[in-house]
Amino acid sequence: MTAPSLEVIGMTKRFGALTALDNVSLKVAGGSVHALLGENGAGKSTLVKCIMGFYRADAGDLLLDEREVAIRNPREAQALSIGMVYQHFTLVPSMTVLENLTMGKGLRVGRIDWRAERTALGDFLATMPFRVPLDRPVASLAAGEKQKAEILKQLWLGTRFLILDEPTSVLTPNEADEMLSLLRGMVAEGRLTVLIITHKFREVQAFADEVSVLRRGRLAGGGRTADLGVDAMARLMVGEAPPREATLREGTASGAPLLALDAVSARDDSGMPALRGVSLAVRGGEIVGIAGVSGNGQAALVEVLAGQRRHTGTVQVQGEPYRATRAEMLRRKLALLPEEPLRNACVARMTVAENIAFRSFDRPPICNGVRLRHGALRAQARDLMLRYQVRGAGPEAPIAALSGGNVQRAVLARELSSPVDVLVVANPVFGLDFAAVAEIHAQLLAARNRGTAVLLVSEDLDELLELADRILVMSAGEVVHETGRETADRMVIGRYMAGHA
Amino acid sequence: MAPPIALGWWGVPLAIFAGAIRVSTPFLFVSLGEVVTEKAGRINLGLEGTLVMGAMSGYATSYLTGSPWLGVLAAGLVGAMLGLLHGGLCGLPRVNDIAVGIALMLFGTGLAFYLGKPFVAPKAPNLPSLPLGAWSDLPQVHAALSVNALFFIGILAAPLLRWMLANTGLGLMIRMVGDSADAARAMGYHVNRVRLWATAYGGFMAGVGGSFLSLYYPGSWNEGLSSGQGITAVALVIFARWDPMTCLWASLLFGGAGALGPALQSVGVTQGYYLFNAAPYILTLLIMIISCAPDRTLVGAPGELSITR
Repeated sequence: MTAPSLEVIGMTKRFGALTALDNVSLKVAGGSVHALLGENGAGKSTLVKCIMGFYRADAGDLLLDEREVAIRNPREAQALSIGMVYQHFTLVPSMTVLENLTMGKGLRVGRIDWRAERTALGDFLATMPFRVPLDRPVASLAAGEKQKAEILKQLWLGTRFLILDEPTSVLTPNEADEMLSLLRGMVAEGRLTVLIITHKFREVQAFADEVSVLRRGRLAGGGRTADLGVDAMARLMVGEAPPREATLREGTASGAPLLALDAVSARDDSGMPALRGVSLAVRGGEIVGIAGVSGNGQAALVEVLAGQRRHTGTVQVQGEPYRATRAEMLRRKLALLPEEPLRNACVARMTVAENIAFRSFDRPPICNGVRLRHGALRAQARDLMLRYQVRGAGPEAPIAALSGGNVQRAVLARELSSPVDVLVVANPVFGLDFAAVAEIHAQLLAARNRGTAVLLVSEDLDELLELADRILVMSAGEVVHETGRETADRMVIGRYMAGHA
Repeated sequence: MAPPIALGWWGVPLAIFAGAIRVSTPFLFVSLGEVVTEKAGRINLGLEGTLVMGAMSGYATSYLTGSPWLGVLAAGLVGAMLGLLHGGLCGLPRVNDIAVGIALMLFGTGLAFYLGKPFVAPKAPNLPSLPLGAWSDLPQVHAALSVNALFFIGILAAPLLRWMLANTGLGLMIRMVGDSADAARAMGYHVNRVRLWATAYGGFMAGVGGSFLSLYYPGSWNEGLSSGQGITAVALVIFARWDPMTCLWASLLFGGAGALGPALQSVGVTQGYYLFNAAPYILTLLIMIISCAPDRTLVGAPGELSITR
């Protein structure tokens, strides 16, 4: 029996006034890998959630193996052998892989015969091209292993049409390639049909047979990947040639390091070491990138620099010891752009104007002794929102009402509007659309060209390869590799990211 | 009968041992109930009110029917109903389970005192105990080793619960719902329903624990019956890191601490009486300070518990 084919005909889904999907039709041939490309907000997740039965489409039909089916909830989808691996892991962290897989097979309340379960699972694993440790709690697995466990869970449940939502976003390049090759192998054997949501052209070209591109809820185009080039795909995604902003790099790094870390160590929330003796230096006029898979100490590093985490070792800004107090941040001109800005750099329920004023509300002109001058606060907000093009709501709206890109622009406005000597940035463009990404990258380069020392922590290797002058790789809390821009090799970096040279 | 032999200082460990068993029983039942509720991701602070309601209804039923075991059953059922109330309210969107718990604690206590007024004076039949000390000639040993029946049920329940949580579909479902509601939903489990029944079970056990107070020790119903056992047991569950067997040992520890005062009194140490009686509460404070470090999260906490998120 070959793997199933799936056809979506005229699917439409509305959320109130927003049309998330507008008459989308696409056909996934059985036994093939089909890529679904699109920007954030294009409707890819909505489409697969309609297929999976999380949402009820307002219109449209679904054909599985040429037969019409109606899917009302995820359990029905599973019964039809359609399964999905999500971006956020759906395994229970405190339970082992064995327990997770056992519980996936349906509602049961009675006694579990662990020996029988283990034998059955062992037999199943013998037919799989990869395996995961069964008896370790999921929380202790690396992201790559968790991803494999999720896929194994789907296959264990009998899925033959597998949907993957951005599966490689948490994997190193090597892990990503390995996983996709394994899936391709299974597809070639006729065991699976795969629909993969991604935004990485490289993967689409290397692993997918066909691609469909969504833009603003509509099918913008598609075809065989052999026929479409990267530019053609990009044009379909954004509607015109992607903005090639001038990545002009002016000048080189000079002078003494503006930011220096020496043997910095820190523990995470559960007491385990998160940073082990990290030393690095960033000079004015350069971007130093920190590459690494999420969870290897990058978050702790940014928290140490933000003053949110106790550490041993020295942090020096402009040669002086730095303790991340508010006065020091002002004096040493250090700005911070943490990841997920709405959560980490803003108070979601306070207004845009108030959020923009966080750095300046206790100084003149906004603060006069004790009184807060609302007029000055509003004027500053209006001015900065205009200069940095923060749109979507007025200055008196809660900042949570803005889209991700506009929240990031607002935070940029707050941090970069006065001269900055040291800039610490983490995952600045995660989840943003093309235009915002290009803008923010341009801002970072402009800061670098002005002589700012920029420390860019990012999980996106492409971003680092594009922006950074030097790239450091972090693995298990240590800096394990350093490379310059010219000599950077993706595969070598990927190996260091995974923890083995 | 031989005249009572003065045991001297040997009386203290004996009294502590006996007291540990006696005083720990309500802690044991409430914590074995709350451990399942918290494993499912909900914290029920209303157990103090449930305990007092259980004590009152157990006593009233025992008095009216003449059977203390019917009293225990009634106490459990009343506790289960209060648990259902808590679980039902917390299942509504955006409801804070800590606030509901405190409200129920006040409600349960007040309701019990109001409905229990006619039962303060009369004497109801008490629960039996097993005379494990019959081998000895000493009346003190007789008294010390006379273990109540509910304690045995508790000792059996602890390993049974641990086995259930690890080895049955029901236990795994409870753990799943309490650690990651998203994962549970993705696998098709009804998160709120599981938590509702886990809270009802917790209420049942708290009610039974309360019935022990009114039907065995101290063995009567009045408004000063509970000394905070319900709420202390919630701290006990956290101290026991959500493991039923550790709940058993922790309850014995608390029971022993609570028996320290009377035990010392029995050998004539009357100074510092109030200080010794405060031993369980001091122990609770010490344990919370030791086990909650400022730079570490609680290891092993169910991921969905509102106090640890």
